[in-house]
Amino acid sequence: MRAQFVASEVGNGLRRNLTMTLAVIITVAVSLTLFGVSLLVRAQVDTMKDFWYDKVEVSIFLCADGSDTSSCVGGEVTRAQRDQIRADLESLRPLVVEIYYESREEAFIRFQEQFANSPIVDSVGENALPESFRIKLSDPTQYDVVASAFSGRPGIEQVNDQRQVLDKFFRLLGGLQAVALIIAIVMLVVTVLLIVNTMRVAAFSRRRETSIMRLVGASNLYIQLPFLLEAAVSAGIGALLAVGGLILTKTIVIDQILAPSFQFTAFVGWEAVLAIAPLLLLVGIGLSAIAAFFTLRKYLRV
Amino acid sequence: MILFDNVTKVYPNQTRPALEDASLEIEKGEFVFLVGPSGSGKSTFLRLVLREERPTSGNVWVLGKDLMRLSNWKIPALRREIGTVFQDFRLLPNKTVFENVAFALEVIGKPKSHIRKVVPEVLEVVGLEGKEGRRPDELSGGEQQRVAIARAFVNRPKVLIADEPTGNLDPGTSVGIMKLLDRINRLGTTVIMSTHDAQIVDQMRRRVIELEHGHVVRDQSRGVYGYAR
Ligand SMILES: Nc1ncnc2c1ncn2[C@@H]1O[C@H](COP(=O)(O)OP(=O)(O)OP(=O)(O)O)[C@@H](O)[C@H]1O
Ligand SMILES: [Mg+2]
Repeated sequence: MRAQFVASEVGNGLRRNLTMTLAVIITVAVSLTLFGVSLLVRAQVDTMKDFWYDKVEVSIFLCADGSDTSSCVGGEVTRAQRDQIRADLESLRPLVVEIYYESREEAFIRFQEQFANSPIVDSVGENALPESFRIKLSDPTQYDVVASAFSGRPGIEQVNDQRQVLDKFFRLLGGLQAVALIIAIVMLVVTVLLIVNTMRVAAFSRRRETSIMRLVGASNLYIQLPFLLEAAVSAGIGALLAVGGLILTKTIVIDQILAPSFQFTAFVGWEAVLAIAPLLLLVGIGLSAIAAFFTLRKYLRV
Repeated sequence: MILFDNVTKVYPNQTRPALEDASLEIEKGEFVFLVGPSGSGKSTFLRLVLREERPTSGNVWVLGKDLMRLSNWKIPALRREIGTVFQDFRLLPNKTVFENVAFALEVIGKPKSHIRKVVPEVLEVVGLEGKEGRRPDELSGGEQQRVAIARAFVNRPKVLIADEPTGNLDPGTSVGIMKLLDRINRLGTTVIMSTHDAQIVDQMRRRVIELEHGHVVRDQSRGVYGYAR
């Protein structure tokens, strides 16, 4: 096998079919980028789940002066009511792991810190935020136990499970990710078809050469290798571009645009990119191999 | 060297066999003409030798190999021992004479040094010295066929198959090609040549195998083109 001969055949083939080669490179790049981004979104959802599920609490908001819920008709929560609630929470251990009381002042300070860069800080008065008990559960799915014990009790305005809000949000992200993944898979199928067609055209435009090669006794490998390498090279370039797209998504979209604006949550790290990148290369080259296998079997027989 | 044993070939979706119950043997060093009307099965016979087609029934032996039982990956090795020449030359139009011949060696992995040595030698055998740098469209039909013969012979095959090699050439040029094939035969290569050219067959006086409707109707050493014509 003369490497130089094969290399020059591959180079000639790619140049001769330049428009088709470009089309393959671009579709591979776009579909794999989409595939990579959809995997990145999934990693992002997982990261946020890890980050938030650790922090989520059940909040029991206590009645303030102007609360208009029916359980608040007695006006602001009394000291006796507050002590009773705390005692009842203590009795729910070990389901309840942590109990933390947050006064109105503390709530306001925390709010100010959380939205330090945001204009809504100025629109919220010092007493606008209610006092509350913040509870951590050993098993966050057992939220109903707390809810049924405390909602509607005099002195309690509302029982609130952050996890439910988060889950809704994560389901939305998961849905978006699934849609992106489906589109990516459809595009990958289109990519395979395009590669098949490109190889068919390449095999046709070189049928003189290949028929002579067959007659003089060139081995199958020698006849097919240039086609295989052409497909692998263009798919490989496309996959590398997709890895580039993934890196840009991480550095620009995530690190420079999203992360500064949403400082309260965690974002995927480079390890996710590092895990996805080889997968993209593998899928890209694997696709071209599958396409090549079937095309060559059909069009370049001995 | 080449043995056909009750060989029948029916192409897919055809009812009439292209070759039927053909049995014959060709010895090493022979020069064989394959004659017969159009559609009588000459090209089919040659394709069976090359293992481009497989017989529907019967056995074909070439160079000691049973082609019915030859696995696909061994076909290239078989073809390296068989040179082929066609009526339409089958040269690569964008390659020079030298490159066309060298191509046959490159694609079977021969080293450059070997190619640089043997290509000029074979071009001299076929009488094309000095025309290495020309492209096929700068050559006459006879010269193009000489390039094709050089390509078929450069690997010193044991068998040379020529399917109507003079079919596109005028009589004068054909004589030159025949002299060349005769010379190659004298160098030890078995030559099997199909042809419609009665004059050539009658002049050469070599073995003649005549086919008609896929049947061997005549096999004659030192034969002529035909009785009836
Ligand atoms: N690939 C094929 N598929 C189906 N039928 C074929 C095929 N090749 C040849 N035939 C048929 O087989 C028969 C023999 O064809 P073949 O080409 O061997 O004839 P031939 O003697 O070489 O003719 P010619 O002198 O015109 O070249 C013909 O009837 C032809 O139509
Ligand atoms: Mg024919």
